[in-house]
Amino acid sequence: MTDFLLILISTVLVNNFVLVQFLGLCPFMGVSNKLETAMGMSLATTFVLTLSSVCSYLVYTYLLAPLDLVYLQTVAFILVIAVVVQFTEMVVHKTSPLLYKVLGIFLPLITTNCAVLGVALLNIRKQNSFMESIGYGFGAAVGFSLALVLFSAIRERIAVAEVPVPFRGAAIGMITAGLMSLAFMGFAGLVKF
Amino acid sequence: MDSVLSAILVLLGLALVFGLILGYASVRFKIIGNPLVEQIDAILPQTQCGQCGYPGCRPYAQAISDGDAINKCPPGGQSTIDQLAELLNQESIPLDSEHGTEDVRKVAYIREDECIGCTKCIQACPVDAILGAAKLMHTVIVSECTGCDLCVEPCPVDCIDMIPVATTIGSWKWPAPPSPLQIIATDKRVQTEELH
Repeated sequence: MTDFLLILISTVLVNNFVLVQFLGLCPFMGVSNKLETAMGMSLATTFVLTLSSVCSYLVYTYLLAPLDLVYLQTVAFILVIAVVVQFTEMVVHKTSPLLYKVLGIFLPLITTNCAVLGVALLNIRKQNSFMESIGYGFGAAVGFSLALVLFSAIRERIAVAEVPVPFRGAAIGMITAGLMSLAFMGFAGLVKF
Repeated sequence: MDSVLSAILVLLGLALVFGLILGYASVRFKIIGNPLVEQIDAILPQTQCGQCGYPGCRPYAQAISDGDAINKCPPGGQSTIDQLAELLNQESIPLDSEHGTEDVRKVAYIREDECIGCTKCIQACPVDAILGAAKLMHTVIVSECTGCDLCVEPCPVDCIDMIPVATTIGSWKWPAPPSPLQIIATDKRVQTEELH
C-alpha cells in the first residue's frame, strides 16, 4: 500500500510527466486554452493512459516475454495504444457528443501522445509488477491532468491580462509552462523512486 | 527463421484480437443520428417559423451543429442564445437583427365573421393549429399556436390578427438577472479597454 502511494506521489508530483520529464507537451500546449476542454482532455487521457499501461503490461508479460520477442515491444505497444484510443473515441462519441466535438482532432492524437508510449516503456524498464503498472499509469495520467488543468486555468487568466504585445499568444504560454516546470522542480528529491 | 515467423504470427494474432474488440465496440456503441442535434433541437422554441432561414427548428439545429451561428432565432430570443452558447461552449452573442427582433409572445386570432373559408392559412400553419374546412369558418387553437406569423400573409381578406399573450399569474416570470460577467467593475474596465 505504501509502495502504491509512493508511486502515485512520485509520478504525480516528483516525476511529473509533463513538467519534469517533458513528455506529452503537444496536448499540453494545444488543448489548454479553455479549462473545460482541458478537463475533457484530462479525463480522456487518464482513461487511455491507465488502460494502455495495463494492456501493454499484459501483452509484454504474457506474450512477448515468454516468446522471446521483447524487441517487438515498441510496435506491440503502439498497436495496443491505438486500439485503446479508438475504443475511447467510440465510447466518448456515444456518451458525450459535445466533448467529442470539443476534443476534435486531439482525441485521436492521444495515440501519438508520447506520454502514453513513455509510460508503457518505462513500466517495462522499471520492471513494475501488475499493480505497480496500474499505479504508474494512473499516477502519470493524474500528473498530466494536474499540469494541464493548472496550466489552462492560468492561461484563462492570462487571456484577460495586459500582456506586452510581443509576448501575446503562444509566447506567454511557453514562458508560463517554463515557470510551472521550475515550480515542479521544487518537488525533486521528495520521493526516491 | 522460426523467430521471424513467430514474431509475425504474434503481431498478426494481436492485430486480429484487437480488430475483433474494436469490431464489437463499433456495434455496441453505434451512434444513431446525431445526438448533439437532438440537444440543440430541444432548446429551440419549436415555433417552426422559418425566420432563421431554415424550414423549421430541426433543420436549424442541424445547421448549428454543423457550425452555423446561434443567434438567428428571434422567437427564442436572448435566453435561447444563452442556453445554446452554454451547451456549445461558445460566447453568447446578441440576436442577429437581420432575422427579426425579439418580441412578446403572440398568438394568431381569426376574426371569424370575416373568414371566407379559403383554407390558405391552414396550409401555411407549420404546427396544424388552425381548424376548419373549405367554405367553412376557421379558428385557431390557442394552446397549439406558436405565434409564427406565417398565416397572416396568405389570408386574402386580412382577417387574422396577432394578439400578444396576456401575462397571467401562471405565465409571469421573474426578469432574468444581469449576466455575472457585467457585475464586476474591473471586468467592465478590461472589456472596454479591449474595445479601444
